[in-house]
Amino acid sequence: MAIRERLSGNEAVAYAMKQINPDVVAAFPITPSTEIPQYFSAYVANGEVNTEFIPVESEHSAMSACIGAQAAGGRAMTATSANGLALMWEMLYIASGARLPIVMACVNRALSGPINIHNDHSDSMGARDSGWIQLYSESSQEAYDNMLMAHRIAEHPDVLLPVMVCQDGFITSHAIENIELLEDEKVKEFVGEYKPAHYLLNKENPIAIGPLDHFTHYFEHKRQQAEAMRNAKKVILEVADEFYKLTGRKYGYFEEYKTDDAEVCIVVLNSTAGTAKFVVDKMREEGKKVGLVKPRVFRPFPAPEIAGALARFKAVAVMDKADSFNAAGGPLFTEITSAVLAHGATGPKFINYIYGLGGRDVKADDIEFIYNKLLEIAAPGKVDSIYNYIGVRE
Amino acid sequence: MSKREEKIYSPDVGWKDITHGGTITTAGNAELFLTGDWRSMKPVWLKDKCKQCLMCYYVCPDTAILIDENGKRIDFNYNHCKGCGICYKVCPFKAIDFVNEI
Repeated sequence: MAIRERLSGNEAVAYAMKQINPDVVAAFPITPSTEIPQYFSAYVANGEVNTEFIPVESEHSAMSACIGAQAAGGRAMTATSANGLALMWEMLYIASGARLPIVMACVNRALSGPINIHNDHSDSMGARDSGWIQLYSESSQEAYDNMLMAHRIAEHPDVLLPVMVCQDGFITSHAIENIELLEDEKVKEFVGEYKPAHYLLNKENPIAIGPLDHFTHYFEHKRQQAEAMRNAKKVILEVADEFYKLTGRKYGYFEEYKTDDAEVCIVVLNSTAGTAKFVVDKMREEGKKVGLVKPRVFRPFPAPEIAGALARFKAVAVMDKADSFNAAGGPLFTEITSAVLAHGATGPKFINYIYGLGGRDVKADDIEFIYNKLLEIAAPGKVDSIYNYIGVRE
Repeated sequence: MSKREEKIYSPDVGWKDITHGGTITTAGNAELFLTGDWRSMKPVWLKDKCKQCLMCYYVCPDTAILIDENGKRIDFNYNHCKGCGICYKVCPFKAIDFVNEI
């Protein structure tokens, strides 16, 4: 029997980490992810886990310690947000390049400057090409579930890549929701033991990690790393399938909500999808054929699948909680539209809305406005502006 | 080192066979990494002047100077000589010349 609880997103993630009981957690506190290492350090102090907790002096050191621990043969985890993730930058690439399956909770927060502690996706979107798998979570339940699946994906021999589990700072990290937890033994059995093929503390087979890698070999390592990201697509679905059998909760690359007969669709990540579902329900009652696609997996990017799913709509709005400052559109928009073009879908008209930067509230009315805009475009009308902002004062 | 091990570190290895992230899983493969083509200056051993004091052997940062089973240094292994000139600098008997690589 699953355990019914009420937990915030941070509590849920810390609880998942307790159940996983990793060898090492190295973390530096940063709002809004601070509570994760805070709760976890209490588990350590109370003897509820066997983890070596390293209270490092910076996030660069947190990721460095995780890299060292994972290379040594342990399971290493950390949590961070915004500028903490930015300070890890150099080490993020070393973790993925050295093929170390570290798991990180990323509680999304706006990057400075100007300084801001509230939610948007500029932190994890900036790390989108760092070679980390990225899973996004609408609720604390999804953050918990993604954490439980993360090691299975990361440590799979065909993958061996680090995983970042993202959720919205404050909105889900600090909001208490009903949640279903798994029993400790079931988590232990599902996550399993970490058995790396090679590790530094194996005295029977000594190895060297992170050698100088010149033009003779670096390209092959990067090509192999790219293949691992492709392999992750298959593994993510296999692990989700096993998780579904265990919990009854279904996960894929993305969730479709009321899209069956929808004419127009919004694509949005994380907690805003919850608000959008509320709007979809309301507009459906008014007879409007609106639907929602919520990506869960952003890295690897499920390009043909998402292009296939979106091809049948007349108009699609992609909402980005981060700007690319490229004068062309937000990161989710440019990825999706390039996927659609590359995979030959020519049907839908696409528009982009940048929203909620620095934690600016996105209201049901804002989302309804976007759906109505899409219905106008689908009428058929024309797209007068592709790259737009919503919720900013003109 | 086995043939297979030599292959996974060789400059011909493809991405499907190369080790994850460049991890080196066997010892003794520095021999396969030929640093000799970095050289612009070249040490030359003047055997007649050499007293076999082996100062050059100890200071060589690579493995360009090896000693034989009788404990005597032999000629340079130019595959592993970067041309740093340290051996030339330390030789007390001017038994090593240092010339342009042609």
